Formats: sequence, structure tokens, C-alpha cells
Amino acid sequence: MIIPKLALRNILGAGLRTWLNVVVLSFAFVAIIWTQGLYEGMNDQVERASVDAALGGGQYWQENYDPFDVLSLEDAHAIVPDSLRAMIDAGAATAILAVQGTLYPKGRIQPVLIKGIDPDQALLSLPTGFLKTGEDRFPALIGSRMARSTGLQVGDTVILRWRDAKGTFDARDVEIVQVMKTVVQSIDQGQVWIPLDRLRDLAGMEGEASLVVVAQGTLERPPAPGWVFRDLDFLLSDIKQLVQMKSAGATILYAVLILLAMLAIFDTQVLSIFRRKKEMGTLMAMGFTRGRVIRLFTLEGALHGVLAAIVAALYGIPLLTWYAGQGWALPAGMDSYGFAIGEKLFPVYSAGLVAGTTLLVLGITTIVSFLPTRKIAKLKPTEALRGRVS
Amino acid sequence: MKNSYLIETHDLVKTYSLGESSIIALNKVSLNFENAEFTGLVGPSGSGKTTLLNVIGSLDSPTSGSAVVRGRKVEDLSHKEAAALRNHHIGFIFQTFNLLPVYTVFENVEFPLLLLDHSPGERRKMTMDALDWVGLADRAKSKPAQLSGGQSQRVAIARAVAKKPALILADEPTANLDAENSHHILRTMERLNKDLGTTFIFATHDEKVIAYLRRKITLVDGAVAKDEHLESRGPAGEPR
Repeated sequence: MIIPKLALRNILGAGLRTWLNVVVLSFAFVAIIWTQGLYEGMNDQVERASVDAALGGGQYWQENYDPFDVLSLEDAHAIVPDSLRAMIDAGAATAILAVQGTLYPKGRIQPVLIKGIDPDQALLSLPTGFLKTGEDRFPALIGSRMARSTGLQVGDTVILRWRDAKGTFDARDVEIVQVMKTVVQSIDQGQVWIPLDRLRDLAGMEGEASLVVVAQGTLERPPAPGWVFRDLDFLLSDIKQLVQMKSAGATILYAVLILLAMLAIFDTQVLSIFRRKKEMGTLMAMGFTRGRVIRLFTLEGALHGVLAAIVAALYGIPLLTWYAGQGWALPAGMDSYGFAIGEKLFPVYSAGLVAGTTLLVLGITTIVSFLPTRKIAKLKPTEALRGRVS
Repeated sequence: MKNSYLIETHDLVKTYSLGESSIIALNKVSLNFENAEFTGLVGPSGSGKTTLLNVIGSLDSPTSGSAVVRGRKVEDLSHKEAAALRNHHIGFIFQTFNLLPVYTVFENVEFPLLLLDHSPGERRKMTMDALDWVGLADRAKSKPAQLSGGQSQRVAIARAVAKKPALILADEPTANLDAENSHHILRTMERLNKDLGTTFIFATHDEKVIAYLRRKITLVDGAVAKDEHLESRGPAGEPR
């Protein structure tokens, strides 16, 4: 027990030098957890936004439906089977019909995907209530990105053309009743949302749908011939790949921060040990073995890490907790980042992140303390006493 | 009666390589030291005084020959055994005091005792006894930076004697002290030598130290040039 006692006595006795190191190292702790928390928060938010606005608890796809293949869309619709209809009637699912179409905003031609959705649905976080208008109006809902690219605003009327089930082209004037602000690009860009019944009627697809979105938390997965159930793992796989790709950047930042922390403690230890060569020689002269010297100086370095973790916790926990509540307001144009984040990014600090970072920094601190100490401890006591390094 | 000596050296040789050439620091030194000696190794710089102290103190090993301290051959000791020998039986006093700056006077003196099996109460008593011997009990809570050179060296002496070792090796202990402090230190060491029977071996070329010696060994170019038993004369050069 003598070594821990001496190590603690040494670092506390070093006073300001110790606390400067500890404070710098604690900054590294908090910075690492903060940045990683932002990335975890971003990943979490992307998934949550996509689930809330588009994916629900999974989707039944008509067997020909492939959102990435517009050419197959013509055949990607069918009568909703009874098993799924029962779920829709029970409010545990909602049907969406997707039809290819063309929009003519201000004389331009814009290919779009027309999606019919029940205006009364509450399963997805879409403002479909705006689609509940009288029969005299033909309401359409578009996203803010779509509005930007077409120049359309609420109250504008625009020609929408589509091809019905028999291959006949038809067109109507639709009224933009709402421009929804959504962070999920997959329900916004190039899409026009209209009431499901109107689309079914106009396209001659009575009782049909392309996909049926199941409510979150619904465990029921009834068999539906001709329809394929896609769970969230499948539906989120693209997003997860994107997140993984972006995580590479986060990992580099993480490594740089760890490296900085490591350099800080390594420099401190090297300088301190070079300054304390004579002290090491004195310890050896008084009967310290090399092993004891190495253990003492390594533990001193490791204790810097422990103290830094404590100091980081003292100001980091309140700071990061407050920040997690406030969120980080993202600059406009952050949409171009590639996926749904929202106006504010709320960091998430998982126990794994905090524990992992703490252990990693402590481990590295110990290693970088050990390396220079081992070199000095290899000296003969007489060389250490002279303050000479061979 | 060979075993009655505290220290014996036989044809002790220590060489240091310097590039392709080598320097002979000790050249066939054969000496015996008894218990309670108050001996000085004198000679010009580079004569091998410090090297001989280092070998006797098991801080360094000889190139050839043998150094036996308390019946243990220094050249055969492992690092751990050498550390144990220093820890239990040898105290060191350095020219530059080598006090641990972050510790108080008390903690510095207590430090070597931490490595030995003493209870906290015993440690405290031994530490305060040692500080009493050197007259610094009232400075126990001071830091080394708050002490004068003479006081620092007295703390170093207290640290060396606290565990009551058989042997204290002092390398130029008065080199950084003025005359008054030097005599104070030397009188303290002389008293400890007489009271506790501790053997003191000095490496020095300070005339003030030489005046206190009872044995003077003169080294020249690493070899023993003269080995004299003296009557100690004290600070004024008068026999004591």
C-alpha cells in the first residue's frame, strides 16, 4: 500500500503543476464525450425521425413495390388483404398508395411520386389533417424541400397529372394546402401527398395500396399473401450504412482527441520524469527497487487520469446534462448533410460512451506514464543521481 | 578475524568506457573498514572517491575485484538484493541534499522508514528522534524550499540516520555549506558516530571535514596512496 500512498502524496504535493495537468486532461475527457455524444445523438435522431415520419413499426410492401425502382411502380399496387385491412380499421396500420405522376409548377415539368394517405391517420407524424377539405377542393401536401424546388407555396394551384390503372393519363388542378417542415427527405423531395380515397378513385385503384405502415410497438404480423413485411432493420439499413460512413469521420475526431489527451499526459510525464531523474536516483539510494520506482511513477500518471475523470465529472456532468436538454441549434442548410437531423441536435451520452471513454483515457494515461518511467528506471542509480540519461 | 570488518574491498577495479578508450576510476583498491569508523576518502577530483563510495553503497558494481559489505558481496547482489542492503543498512548523504521537494521535512526523514516494517507510531518516534538529533524538530512541517542550505543538509543527515543504519556514506556533504554550517553538520555527525556507533565514510577534499576525521585515506588516480589513522582535531585544528 506504500506505492499508492506515495503516488497520491507526490501528485498532491506537486500542487499547481498537478492541477494544471488534471484540468487540461479533464477538458479532453469532456470534449471527447461531448463530440461523441453529438454523434450518438445525431444517429439516434436520424433513426427516430425516420421511424416517426415514414417507417412506423415496419411496413408491408406489395410484392412488386420497390421504392428505388420507379419503373416497377406501375405494377406495385394491389387490394389490401383482409388481415391488413383489419389492422388499418383498428388503427394499428395505415395504407399508402404510390403512383407515378407529373407536376407542372409555373410551366415547368416536374416528375413526382404521388402518395395517397388517409387524412385521419395518426400513426405517422405527417400533418395529413390538412388534407381534410371539402369535395370542392383537391388538397395536396408537400414538403419544404419540394416547395423550394418547385417554387410552390400554400394556396398555390398547380396541375398534377397521373396515369391510372388502365394506362390512361388524367390531370387535375391541386391546391397546396400545407407545406410541411420535415427532416425526413424520403417523404419530402419529389413527393406530393393527397388523400388516399381521392387517389384511389382517380387512378382506378379502389381498395388498393402499395404499402401498409404498421404502428410502432405493434407486435402483430399477420400473414398477407402477395405482400412482404419489411422490419425496421431492413428499412433502416440504408440510414445505418450512412451513419456508419459518417462515423468514420467521428472516429478520426475521437482518435485525434484521444491522441491530444495522450500527448498532454505523455509530455507531462516525460518532462516530469526528466526533471525528477535525481529524485529517482535518491529513491533507489534509499532502497527503492526499479520495479517500485516504475510502479510509483506510473501510478502517479494514472492518478492524473483518475483526478481528471473526477474533475471532468464535477463540471462535465452538469454542463453536458444541460446541453443535452438544450440541444445544438443547427445552421440552416444542414439538410445537405445527407440525412434527417432536425433544427436542433440533441446529444446522447450513453453509459457505454462515458465508461468506455473513461477506461480508454485511463488506460492510455497509464501506458504513456509507464513508457518514459521504464526508460529512466533502467538507469543505474549512480547515473540517475547525476541526472544523466543514457 | 576477517569477518569482523564492516566493509572489505579486495583489488577493487572500476573502469568506465569512454568511446573506444576506458578510464580507470578505481585501481586495485584493497581496504577494510571497521564498525564506528569516522573515515574520509580524500584526493583530487577524479581520484575515485565517489566511485568507491558508490561501489561500497551498492549503487554501482565493480569491474573486477570484490567489495563485501556486512558479509555480502556487492558484485553478486541482484538489483533487489542491493536495494534491500541499502534500505536496511546504508544511509546516504549527498552534496546537493537530494531532499524530495514536495514532502515536508518530517515526510522526507520518514521516507526510508516507509520501506521498512515499522508501525506508524514507531516511524513517527524514529523520525522525530532523528530530527531531534539534528536540532530540527521544530521545522518538521516545513518544506525543503523553506530551509537554508545548512538546515537542508541536517534534514538529509536525519533522513540517513533515522533508520539507524550501520553505515552512512556522505559524498562532499559540506561542499555547498558555509564554514559555520559545515562545522555544525560535522559536529552532528561526529556525535551520531559516537552515540550510535554508526560508521561514517566521507568523500571530500574539504579541509574542514578532514579536521574531524579519525582515518584519512588518500586516493590518487584510483589507487590508495596513503591510509592514515589520525587524532581528530576539531574545527580550530586543536586535538579534541
